[in-house]
Amino acid sequence: MANLLNIKINGKAYQVESGTTILDACKQNGIRIPTLCYLKDINAIGACRVCVCEVKGVRTLVAACVYPIEREGTEIVTNSEKVIKSRKTTLELMLSNHNNECNSCVRSTSCELQSLAHEYHCDEHRFGGIKNTFEEDVTPYLVRDNSKCILCRRCVAVCKSLQHVHVIGPNHRGFKTSIGCAYENSLNDVACVACGQCITVCPTGALREKDDIDKVISAINDPTKHVVVGTAPSVRVAIGEEFGYPIGTNVEGKMVTALKMLGFNKVFDVDFTADLTIMEEGTEFLGRLTNGGVLPMITSCSPGWINYIEQYYPEYLAHLSSCKSPQQMFGAVVKSYYAEKNGIDPKDIVVVSCMPCTAKKMELNKPYQENKDGIKDVDIVLTTRELARLIKRAGVLFNCLKDDTYDSLLGEGSTAGLIFGATGGVMEAALRTLKEITEGKELEKIDFEAVRGTDGVKRATVNVNGIDVKVAVAHGIENAHTIMEEIKNGKADYHFIEVMCCPGGCVCGGGQPIQPADVRNSIDLKAARAKAIYDTDKKAKLRKSHENVEVQELYKSYLGEPNGHKSHELLHTKYTNRKK
Amino acid sequence: MSKICQVEFKETAEQAKKLQEIIENYKHVEGAAMPVLQQAQDIYGYLPEEVQKRIAEGLGVSEEFIYGVATFYSQFTMNPRGQYNFSVCLGTACYVKGSGDIMAKLKDTLKINEGECTPDGIASIQATRCIGCCGLAPVMVVNSDVYGKLTVDDVPKIVDKYLKK
Ligand code: SF4
Ligand code: SF4
Ligand code: SF4
Ligand code: FES
Repeated sequence: MANLLNIKINGKAYQVESGTTILDACKQNGIRIPTLCYLKDINAIGACRVCVCEVKGVRTLVAACVYPIEREGTEIVTNSEKVIKSRKTTLELMLSNHNNECNSCVRSTSCELQSLAHEYHCDEHRFGGIKNTFEEDVTPYLVRDNSKCILCRRCVAVCKSLQHVHVIGPNHRGFKTSIGCAYENSLNDVACVACGQCITVCPTGALREKDDIDKVISAINDPTKHVVVGTAPSVRVAIGEEFGYPIGTNVEGKMVTALKMLGFNKVFDVDFTADLTIMEEGTEFLGRLTNGGVLPMITSCSPGWINYIEQYYPEYLAHLSSCKSPQQMFGAVVKSYYAEKNGIDPKDIVVVSCMPCTAKKMELNKPYQENKDGIKDVDIVLTTRELARLIKRAGVLFNCLKDDTYDSLLGEGSTAGLIFGATGGVMEAALRTLKEITEGKELEKIDFEAVRGTDGVKRATVNVNGIDVKVAVAHGIENAHTIMEEIKNGKADYHFIEVMCCPGGCVCGGGQPIQPADVRNSIDLKAARAKAIYDTDKKAKLRKSHENVEVQELYKSYLGEPNGHKSHELLHTKYTNRKK
Repeated sequence: MSKICQVEFKETAEQAKKLQEIIENYKHVEGAAMPVLQQAQDIYGYLPEEVQKRIAEGLGVSEEFIYGVATFYSQFTMNPRGQYNFSVCLGTACYVKGSGDIMAKLKDTLKINEGECTPDGIASIQATRCIGCCGLAPVMVVNSDVYGKLTVDDVPKIVDKYLKK
């Protein structure tokens, strides 16, 4: 049994379990302590010292995020004048070497440094002196601006521990310390997977997505262009956060209305191509299973994951499904089927894709993501955050909007497509279709709970028409790495594996709304956002990809068979060994 | 971004073998980066990128981690000493007599920064603290030759003397 201690916080008596940190003990009892470097389960290094408190009998102030309460009768003060002064000085020192340009900074109003500086009424000019200057590191998916970095190392911890990539870290020392890559390389030149997880944990504007909003505005205003937009499954359950909705609210209807108001010619649903992916990938899997093809087959929807396997395990590229990601399939179908049906020259079409993901910004320029005339499938990717900014900038009052529905032809999506947004969703969607099609009768149980949830690796055996199919689901590269090592060491007998690059899957992608540490430390974003997806699925009528009527029509009138000649030309891709 | 070291990496078979041995010895040791880097620098005289890569791979850590350690401690250098090492005293006496300008001119003449080596491996620049001949300030030492009471205009002439050898 846990050992309970009697302690005092700010003079009041409480009981806490021995070993609880001051930070947690305070939170349990309704007291908030400011933090910057601490991030639950990810980073606890006691570096920034804005969380300092007084402990009676301890000479110096202690860092609440890492100080465990182990003594009966510990007395803690969290808000004395001494404590407040110390925190304020710490913040002012940070600001003295900070590129304070809150007026235009993309993180203004969501910046943890800014909000603490405001709360503590800091004077950013109290300490003069020189500031470090840095060149921005610009990639097609993210920008690092170290002039706004406070060296909290949250990005480093995520990149190293959750993503098992460790391409960034602290270099040099003292005043010259900066976060960067080995040999001062740009992220472009190291084996970064472009996941953007570092952005979502950064408390400041030091990391941000590469902003492509202006390209979209130009395209919409160009009368010679036909601009088509599609939204990924997980965008609708997260974008509401940017407009004040509670975490885990599905705002699909309002989002569609907003997109129509922005002036896109068509507003389509990438859930449609998620369903299409199931038809292609499911057929591919059955083929491999029955014809002795390369197994386990691993999903290919997550471009961050593709970046990882191409750079770290290229000897296993044959295990990847050859299916393009739903985003790329979307572009390919718009510029072929949709273009033909409407008599539009594919060259005049601009495909804009709204994604929870930064890696998608890189994916659109990769090889084998274009048609045979060299026209790229997708032209511009906006992250969920950029889409929210675009909507705000256009003066659309999101919260006042009525619900609308997607345009037809590529606007129908089953909730099997929708659950792609959460870890395990692709696998579940595939199993629903595989079982029902091969067994020729309606599924008794449509929910595959074994592959749901936030466990790092989920394993299950599912009988599909008499064959025991072993499946595994991993999310976050750390967990994908575990599976790859199992395969490498001959310890895996899986048939089918789903991998999502980001922890939790797309709902927590690197392009999703940023929640400050205060929120991340008390709510599991992965579960909260996924819940919105599964709740929608539970209530839906169309829950299986193969029942999507618009997908059926696409095959009937254009593609022919799944995995047929035309599908291969449009919907499948190749991968490259990019070992560095 | 410019490369940290422009000198082409060369090594003898013996150097490579020694490094391999050190890495093997430390493979399963916690906190091996520091001692391995130290010994590697003893072998090569500096820490070339290639050597850091081998250490990272051998110890099963990321290159960034090794680079982070190597840049944290001032005893590590990532540039070799040139055949001619130009060191300018930046001690107080020399500094007030204008050694900062001498350094600037030297960097400009050799087109490298302090702590770097020319791509051909001939010349390197170092800053030193007081070397004890303040009467001659400002002072520059090339290998073991001492030059005192320097003016900025002297710098290219001295450089020429060595580079044209
Ligand atoms: S990072 Fe924060 S404090 Fe710095 S300029 Fe941006 S909003 Fe302001
Ligand atoms: S994008 Fe991902 S892999 Fe690249 S630095 Fe950030 S966390 Fe690391
Ligand atoms: S880039 Fe952001 S997350 Fe990384 S150390 Fe700097 S402030 Fe922290
Ligand atoms: S030291 Fe506790 S939050 Fe940074």
